[in-house]
Amino acid sequence: MERILSLQDVRFTYTPDDPDGRYAVDGVSFDMQAGEWIAVVGHNGSGKSTLARLMIGLLFPQEGTVGLFGDPLTEDNLWEKRSQMGMVFQNPDNQFVGATVQDDVAFALENNGIPFEEMTLRVQGALKQVKMDSFLDHEPQHLSGGQKQRVAIAGALALRPRLLILDEATSMLDPQGREEVIRVILDLRERTGLSVISITHDLEEALLADRVVVMNGGRKFAEGTPQEVFLKGEALTALGLDLPFAMRLSSLLGEQGIHTEPGTMTERKLVEQLWTLRSNR
Amino acid sequence: MMEKMVFGRYIPGDSFVHRLDPRSKLIFVFIFIAAVFLANNTVSYALLLAFTLFSILASKVRIGFLIGGLKPVMFLIAFTFLLHIFFTKEGDLLFQLGFLKIYEEGLRQGIYISIRFLVLVLMTSLLTLTTSPISITDGLEVLLNPLKKVKFPVHELALMMSISLRFIPTLMDETDKILKAQLARGSDISSGTMKERIQAVVPLLVPLFVSAFKRAEDLAVAMEVRGYRGGEGRTRYRQLKWDWRDTTALLILLAVIVALWFLRG
Amino acid sequence: MDIALEQVGYTYAAGTPFQKKALFDVNVRIPSGSYSAIIGHTGSGKSTLLQHLNGLLKPTTGIVRIGDTQVTKETKGKQLKPIRRKVGIVFQFPEHQLFEETVLKDVMFGPLNFGVKEEEAKARALRWIERLGLPEGTAEKSPFDLSGGQMRRVAIAGVLAMEPDVLVLDEPTAGLDPAGRKEIMDLFYELHEQRDMTTILVTHSMEDAARYADHMIVMHDGTDVLQGPPEEVFADAERLARWRLGVPRTVSFQRLYEEGAGLPKGPPALTEEQLAAYLAADFAKGGGAS
Repeated sequence: MERILSLQDVRFTYTPDDPDGRYAVDGVSFDMQAGEWIAVVGHNGSGKSTLARLMIGLLFPQEGTVGLFGDPLTEDNLWEKRSQMGMVFQNPDNQFVGATVQDDVAFALENNGIPFEEMTLRVQGALKQVKMDSFLDHEPQHLSGGQKQRVAIAGALALRPRLLILDEATSMLDPQGREEVIRVILDLRERTGLSVISITHDLEEALLADRVVVMNGGRKFAEGTPQEVFLKGEALTALGLDLPFAMRLSSLLGEQGIHTEPGTMTERKLVEQLWTLRSNR
Repeated sequence: MMEKMVFGRYIPGDSFVHRLDPRSKLIFVFIFIAAVFLANNTVSYALLLAFTLFSILASKVRIGFLIGGLKPVMFLIAFTFLLHIFFTKEGDLLFQLGFLKIYEEGLRQGIYISIRFLVLVLMTSLLTLTTSPISITDGLEVLLNPLKKVKFPVHELALMMSISLRFIPTLMDETDKILKAQLARGSDISSGTMKERIQAVVPLLVPLFVSAFKRAEDLAVAMEVRGYRGGEGRTRYRQLKWDWRDTTALLILLAVIVALWFLRG
Repeated sequence: MDIALEQVGYTYAAGTPFQKKALFDVNVRIPSGSYSAIIGHTGSGKSTLLQHLNGLLKPTTGIVRIGDTQVTKETKGKQLKPIRRKVGIVFQFPEHQLFEETVLKDVMFGPLNFGVKEEEAKARALRWIERLGLPEGTAEKSPFDLSGGQMRRVAIAGVLAMEPDVLVLDEPTAGLDPAGRKEIMDLFYELHEQRDMTTILVTHSMEDAARYADHMIVMHDGTDVLQGPPEEVFADAERLARWRLGVPRTVSFQRLYEEGAGLPKGPPALTEEQLAAYLAADFAKGGGAS
């Protein structure tokens, strides 16, 4: 398996001259293999967005290294590495550069000097992948938040990236918008095996990942499969995070004397257990 | 009020004029502006007027809409017309009412200047009505390209223009939202003394600036992440296509100029 | 203070080629002291409706009654200000309205505009800053030095310091993390309970509507299509789906459970606690029979 990303003891502070300054990211390490989907979760201010910025070289750590596609990230290889990555930010309006949908998707291609004929093909293809191909000439003010985020994803995909970073890409959207975006990402991952890092405070979203990294106070609080991480239950709630619906319900049922299997995370599995328990009475 | 404004507004369509390349339209309008000053007698002015009408017809923009939207300019034209009528005292006396004297030359000059003014306004309006702002920007960028040799930042300027255009609706929306939020907090912009009114704008402007800066910062980061590092080595997605229409339009203009040259007195 | 909309219609940019009908024939009553939730798909007219609740928009047709005051097309701008003192609105992303040098001044802005004396305005501001759980010393800070979550609280304090009779909330927790979201929503609920404050929540979250509201208004394509208590609104998921709306997760889980267990549809469980109690009750009945 190819290693896409590797963080080693990364430390970063926004106030390097202040000896008492707090480290926004304080000694974080983890690796990511090609094709993996990692969710980085934590409450606002836990250091998760700083981590995202370190991964794409918008910030450089004071200590430790960020490795991308096998090499450490440096000022010299920054642009070359970036041309293999895509990143989608929180605010749908503030990352829409082009005058229309197709101009926006082409932006990164123009920057990377892709020839015109190739560009038109890639723009079409990328928009088809996010199901926005019938909106080529739409202007951003006539799109919903979810549609703008899908265009932003298409803009990243057009570059054929090896790694896609979503920095709270769904947090400003309404439920429909959030669902649209998540469905697109799930679909992409299934069809293309794209490696995805999703920074989020939505634990339902984290549930879809292969691996979850929980951040708190700039440090890695926990890491593992969603199953492993969510079993920590109350320790996560104490960090200001919210457990998935099925787990919250299980614990309420426990208080009522109905005991389901610990670590049941999906509603489907929970309801099946309840049916069985019920018929065995 | 704003809805009826014609200046700077783009009305999508697919007429002959709409389908022209922005470069040919820009060149056309620039040459036309210069050519207008060739006219100096009745025939040549009539030709200018006829040609302008012909261009409007070719653009399929409703004349009623154009005239309706140009009302503020009409006032200006009428004003210059009157100025010429009353202050030119050459030629035969045509009409006298008390101290008001109208001379033949004054009337003639008034009409000429008004036509000159009118065709200039109509033609430039036609450019913006039939060309999206972003196409105008593209056209300008290509036309100004030679200036890069003297280190003029053509690409940066065009990018700035296109981003500003892109964010105008967003910021208008934002202004409306902030205005309403402050109104809901009892802010009152429409009454009070001048000083009070100026003070009442602060709660609107500060948040607007804060948000514009935040947007600019976010946008800069998003552009950097997407590999933007200046105009060097960039390719263009928006391709401009010069076809027979563009050549035809410029040839017609050339013919008109030649005719003007021979018709002028 | 009761609020009622009678045959209200609203058209944007009326009389121009760009006119757009946003509301028509809206008849809504919001009883004094209620906690009402307005739900509807994006573009259903929710936010246009909201702006009628304190005279930010005047109806193009019909009448809006706010307490004893009436707002119609003819109402003058000056007559609207007293209404705005009684009806406070917390807009979506309210932190975008902050502008003063200090948090204290910003929170005092509303009360001062409505003629509250300096001393009293300051006392109120300090009280609400504390009530919103902002750390000590926040009052003297610049609002722009605070974290996003804190800015949100300051903005909310700025509306509450006006001490309105009616509080309108437009997606007040959008973009906050789960803990922050719950704290803010619980605070609004407490205010509603303790001060009998009429509260109107405009939301996309069916869970919040189910948990907090006692009355609901469903908007679709510019008009009100259903009004009633949440038990009634959420009882019929298919009807809501026609308006492109869902039910809270508790209800969808409950329906799934009922279907698999061969049970008839019970009254919808509006909170997770209610759902757990419902399931426990079914177990106690010795459901194994089916």
